[in-house]
Amino acid sequence: MMLYVVIVYLWVALLLYLLLGGADFGAGIIELFTSEDNKAKARKLMYEAIGPIWEANHMWLIIAIVILFVGFPGIYATMSIHLHIPLVIMLLGIIARGTAFAFRNYDAVHDNMQKVYNKIFVYSSFITPLFLGVIAGSAVSGQIDIHANTFLSAYIYSWFNWFSITIGFFTVALCGYVAAIYLIGEANDPAEKKRFVRKAWQMNIAAVVAGALVFIAAIDDGIPLVQWVFGNPVGIIAVAAATISLVILWYFIIRGRSKSLRLLAGLQITMILLTTTYKHYPNIVVLKNGGYLSLIENKGADKAIEALGWALLIGSVFILPALVYLIYSFQKRDKSTD
Amino acid sequence: MDDFIAARSQMALSLGFHIVFSCIGMVMPFFMAISHFYWLKTKDPVYKNITKAWSKGVAIFFATGAVSGTVLSFELGLLWPKFMEHAGPIFGMPFSLEGTAFFIEAIALGFFLYGWEKFNPWFHWFTGVIVGISGIVSGILVVAANSWMNSPAGFDYVNGQYLNIDPIKAMFNAAWFEQALHMSIAAFAATGFAVAGVHALMIIRKKNAKFHYMAFRIAIVFAAVAAILQPLSGDISAKSVAKRQPAKLAAMEADFKTERSVPLIIGGIPDTKTKKVNYAIKIPGLLSFMTYDDFNAEVTGLDRIPVKDQPPVAIVHYAFQIMVGLGMLMLGLSLLYFFALIKKKKWFKANWFLKLFVAAIPLGFIALEAGWTVTEVGRQPWIIQGVMRTADAVTPMPGIHYSFYLFTAVYLSLSLVVIFMLYRQIKMVPKMYDTEIADPIS
Ligand code: HDD
Ligand code: HEM
Ligand code: HEM
Repeated sequence: MMLYVVIVYLWVALLLYLLLGGADFGAGIIELFTSEDNKAKARKLMYEAIGPIWEANHMWLIIAIVILFVGFPGIYATMSIHLHIPLVIMLLGIIARGTAFAFRNYDAVHDNMQKVYNKIFVYSSFITPLFLGVIAGSAVSGQIDIHANTFLSAYIYSWFNWFSITIGFFTVALCGYVAAIYLIGEANDPAEKKRFVRKAWQMNIAAVVAGALVFIAAIDDGIPLVQWVFGNPVGIIAVAAATISLVILWYFIIRGRSKSLRLLAGLQITMILLTTTYKHYPNIVVLKNGGYLSLIENKGADKAIEALGWALLIGSVFILPALVYLIYSFQKRDKSTD
Repeated sequence: MDDFIAARSQMALSLGFHIVFSCIGMVMPFFMAISHFYWLKTKDPVYKNITKAWSKGVAIFFATGAVSGTVLSFELGLLWPKFMEHAGPIFGMPFSLEGTAFFIEAIALGFFLYGWEKFNPWFHWFTGVIVGISGIVSGILVVAANSWMNSPAGFDYVNGQYLNIDPIKAMFNAAWFEQALHMSIAAFAATGFAVAGVHALMIIRKKNAKFHYMAFRIAIVFAAVAAILQPLSGDISAKSVAKRQPAKLAAMEADFKTERSVPLIIGGIPDTKTKKVNYAIKIPGLLSFMTYDDFNAEVTGLDRIPVKDQPPVAIVHYAFQIMVGLGMLMLGLSLLYFFALIKKKKWFKANWFLKLFVAAIPLGFIALEAGWTVTEVGRQPWIIQGVMRTADAVTPMPGIHYSFYLFTAVYLSLSLVVIFMLYRQIKMVPKMYDTEIADPIS
């Protein structure tokens, strides 16, 4: 029983990382594609919108990692060995981004160093989700070969394939999209709102294009993605819901309903994660020889799962109210200064 | 460089880097809470300025501590997958609780940093206190995980299998309390001396003397109390090491021969070939007394430990000497401070007195790194004492030395940038927080 609690937490942690962390990465991605004269304004807005919850955001990733190594140590170990290189690149991205964010906001002197921090920030905002996507893609791409005996097949081809890379770009586009939607609601003046609406369009198109590429790459790499997504009712319903919500989404944008907009975009991301994980569950890592690493068969000792489950449940009792109150307090402030 | 050494070096580097930031992130919130409290009580704006200036520093350290911690949680697997595969479920309990503590810390920090003038002042103050408390709790929990590696518990090791896992017993292993206590006190001592020293330097330079003097007073009290407690707690640690890891104790003391009435060896150069320590000061019977409260007790020497199970003696011995030596120095400074406070208030204006504290800026952190070297290198060749060897835990991936060089470069440049930022922060104090320069001592 506790096993399922733990699995739900793992999934929710990933989802929230994609949503909240995604908005955070996306803000950097948007900055990367914003013209010079608008950058400063966009930056200030993003800082105000994201600053207060910034530290809390990347906790979701840490929670997912802790759940993996306490609850599913075999899966954690296999991924750590075979995806070592993309993991290291992602980590470098996390270091660069986190520190650049802190430096640009807390440096006492505002001079040319700011330009350096900004550069680091925007590029690492791009690299980090790219490799996050690559890692997720590699887990299911069936290229991880635990019996590999050459360096290339053990540590490179495990992740360096079209499928994983297109998933990486898809993730980047999704992050940009989430951020744009989020920032539409935060924007203070109509011109700025318009800019973010345009960004949301562009990111949406990018996501659709990258999504199409993922399917093409899947066919090319022999991955039954079409069957995973459309081979079951949940997948079809989720895809349908995502598509319909896209239409509603543009209606909301035109009507300027930023709250509903956010909910809807969140729903879309949830649906995307659901379709891609549902058919797979519980086999979260697909191996080269056709084998799987299953969350059920590769679970850690029962007592460890039990303790982990309780820790997560009890932790939530403390964390969720505080987090909600944090977000609520700063939302309220936004409204009052409008 | 071979991959195994590279992996160990990378781990040591990452932890050595993280520990500095996490200690500051753990302790500074308490300093802030005190000055914030004075501000709310006295309405003296200098206290508000101190709180604000410190909180900027904390935000920088917190972010750097958080990213380096995130990196660590991956590195455990990237470098030691075989270890994590078995140890993860056993010693994971503190890590999962720590997740909660970090989360609360991060949320409270959000309230604190962005909450000036937005909340009830006492609620705002309280969120700062929560940052400190949850920081300490995370520190204690992660050290409990580390102490499990020194004193494994909560499972039965049968034929290479880990059976009857009990994460709660693993967390409350025989070493957790001593280590957590010693570590928490060390964090206060190290951060306290560093902060006090920086403000002492600014007083000498006569920049905003009032501001810096008030900041100095807050930091130094924490530092001095901690530094006085530190040797007491260290003594408890040493007794605990003697019980659970005799090889580590023998290496710390470069004690080559098992015998009764062993002297305490101070300094000296251990020679593993002749099994002697040259040029050392020896205090008869003191080691026996310190470990077993009996001048005649027998202490296990390295001769009882198979060579393949011995840690590198010289490194552990030197590191231990450095820690204890610096600990004594800090103890002396603390006593001097309290003496001045009671008897010689005018010393606070004297440059020679302030300069002592400037010189003490790095001492605590050097002692801290040395202490971890004792703990970690002293455990070698085991990653889990007596159960799993470090060499059996390392990743099969070749080329780790490249990763080590890469991380070295990253951490090195990060450290430089952080120092540069702090320098700018301190330099800006007169501009941002200008107040009249009154006589600081009145
Ligand atoms: C400000 C830093 C600092 C200072 C002044 C001292 N220590 Fe320490 N010591 C640490 C910081 C530290 C540490 C870095 O925090 C360690 C590493 C692991 C731990 O639990 O604490 C440590 C470990 C450590 C250990 C090994 C514990 C283990 O392996 O489980 C012993 C025996 C001592 N210390 C003893 C002392 C003594 C007798 C001191 C006398 C002055 C002393 N320490 C001062
Ligand atoms: C004695 C050793 C350690 C101590 C005392 C310690 C303490 C802390 C503290 C107090 C923080 C909060 C950040 C701050 O205030 O700057 C922190 C952050 C962190 N630490 Fe450590 N840590 C230690 C070792 C480790 C290890 C070995 C790991 C990983 C396995 C780790 C993982 C983390 C993570 C993931 C964070 C980020 C959490 C956040 O975002 O707030 N730490 N550490
Ligand atoms: C933050 C303070 C810490 C510092 C400065 C530190 C320092 C070191 C050093 C110097 C080594 C290398 C030892 C050698 O190879 O000879 C090492 C290894 C290691 N440490 Fe720590 N350590 C700290 C805390 C921790 C904690 C809290 C954990 C885990 C919970 C941990 C886990 C490890 C592991 C897995 C290794 C590699 C295996 C080994 O060498 O035994 N360390 N650390």
